[in-house]
Amino acid sequence: MFDAPLGDTESNETASRVDDVMQRIAEHKGCGTHGGSGKASCGSAAGQSDLAPEIWEKVKNHPCYSEEAHHHYARMHVAVAPACNIQCNYCNRKYDCANESRPGVVSEKLTPEQAAKKVLAVASTIPQMTVLGIAGPGDPLANPEKTFRTFELISQAAPDIKLCLSTNGLTLPDHVDTIAHYKVDHVTITVNMVDPDIGAEIYPWVFFKHKRYTGRDAAEILTERQMRGLEMLTERGILCKINSVMIPGINNDHLVQVNREVKSRGAFLHNIMPLISAPEHGTVFGLNGKRGPTAQELKALQDSCEGEMNMMRHCRQCRADAVGLLGEDRSAEFTTDKIMQMEVTYDLDTRKAYQDKVEEERQAKVAAKAAELESLAGELSDIEVLVAVATKGGGRINEHFGHAREFQIYELSAAGAKFVGHRRVDLYCQGGYGDEDSLETVIRAINDCTAVFVSKIGGCPKKDLQAAGIDPVDGFAHEFIEQSAIAWFKSYLDRVRSGEVVHAARGDASIRQGAFIAA
Amino acid sequence: MAYKIVASQCTSCTACEAECPNVAISQKNGTFVINPKKCTECIGYFDVPQCVAVCPVDDTCIIDTSVPRYQPRA
Repeated sequence: MFDAPLGDTESNETASRVDDVMQRIAEHKGCGTHGGSGKASCGSAAGQSDLAPEIWEKVKNHPCYSEEAHHHYARMHVAVAPACNIQCNYCNRKYDCANESRPGVVSEKLTPEQAAKKVLAVASTIPQMTVLGIAGPGDPLANPEKTFRTFELISQAAPDIKLCLSTNGLTLPDHVDTIAHYKVDHVTITVNMVDPDIGAEIYPWVFFKHKRYTGRDAAEILTERQMRGLEMLTERGILCKINSVMIPGINNDHLVQVNREVKSRGAFLHNIMPLISAPEHGTVFGLNGKRGPTAQELKALQDSCEGEMNMMRHCRQCRADAVGLLGEDRSAEFTTDKIMQMEVTYDLDTRKAYQDKVEEERQAKVAAKAAELESLAGELSDIEVLVAVATKGGGRINEHFGHAREFQIYELSAAGAKFVGHRRVDLYCQGGYGDEDSLETVIRAINDCTAVFVSKIGGCPKKDLQAAGIDPVDGFAHEFIEQSAIAWFKSYLDRVRSGEVVHAARGDASIRQGAFIAA
Repeated sequence: MAYKIVASQCTSCTACEAECPNVAISQKNGTFVINPKKCTECIGYFDVPQCVAVCPVDDTCIIDTSVPRYQPRA
């Protein structure tokens, strides 16, 4: 029942493509591939013990910087920065759909004053909201007055909220001192290349010092400014995360070199994201038929870059006005019309009390995982499997299969359970109708998994999953994810040993590309 | 005597407004417009018109042929 090979030719092609990528990546010596049993669990899943205390203190409640935190804490983006100073072939600012979920897309732009009001309203409604980011929809540092005015207002009204921003880096060196002044201690730079010849295929132009530069010149200026900005930030002790868009056929191999360059300049976390590309987005890449990577191509690249540097695997590539836990978006509850009518009282004590409760729960989860992990000690099997988990947050298996809009992916081995990514399974937007068979979408998205953990599942999908070779597991409802996954894995190994199941390699899976229907 | 913005193409990203050396650009009915009385086509300031150079949508900031070209004073 566990060996359900993919028979169609497309999957075979995908598999050979993946082998090819893995082969090329394996040749890169700078970082190891899979974290073997002797290696501490790395990735942004890094916990307190893996990080320097001062870094842990900064990231422990930051959902975008800590995989561990993203189960418990929420973030919001305010769209105060519409202007941009570069053009990217994966971005089209003209395409603006309220149902679209991609970076660079927003429903409404805000003034700094509206943004500050919105932050207070959200922070009062969602006490676990600890992080405020400015991520566009353009570039925050191409709109420096609006960006820094927003930070100023929020740091006065809500001093406990962490500030961060995400930039293409072109004007970063000019603003590092201001960033330090407003105590923005998390900055993300999008770095897709360090080689201008590759950059010329990604960026048609940059606007720099009152002039538009194109081709190789544009990329040369951009990469020089990005690297200098990164160095200046790390010199000042500001934490830097690097975002890279994996564009198959352009920078997939090159990102290993990017990883090396940013690591050497002190970046703390590297987030390699899949290209989102479809003709209906109207982007250059979409119109030219550039495809995004498959789930296994992305994972192979992330694994290969995971040496001394933490890799982020939980990025949801969210909108520039997203609100809530990663993977959810409550922005519709906080439109400008609604927040302007809200009576907001900012209560630091209530927020603190709530966050203390979250912290208790979190410690319980860590302890449960540690206890379960001990029971794996001495396990010598070299079997590795991926499993999918339906969760609403809190680090527990607490979502019904049919209600899940995404699945979190864990890699199980003798070393334990490691978070390696997530798969969105929202209905696809097809000419305005979400009419695709949702079960097929789910199976395609988690096709590389051996099991799926849910709080509950109906009889029909259960049978279909089993037919596809995926074991639906509902025996750990409302339990902690990692503890349950390890317990299940032990019994899986026992069943393999006894011959009850045959362990077989799974195929590849697809990453959602279509537009997201929000409700 | 000036550039104009093709309203149907404008994304209202505000990039041109901040770059205009003449403060000739402002928001009107959701998109941006150039005041032809203030626009100097950036002559005397920059080698290229700044709104054209920074606009994310090609052929959106274009010469307004209904007014004569800007003539810098001697």
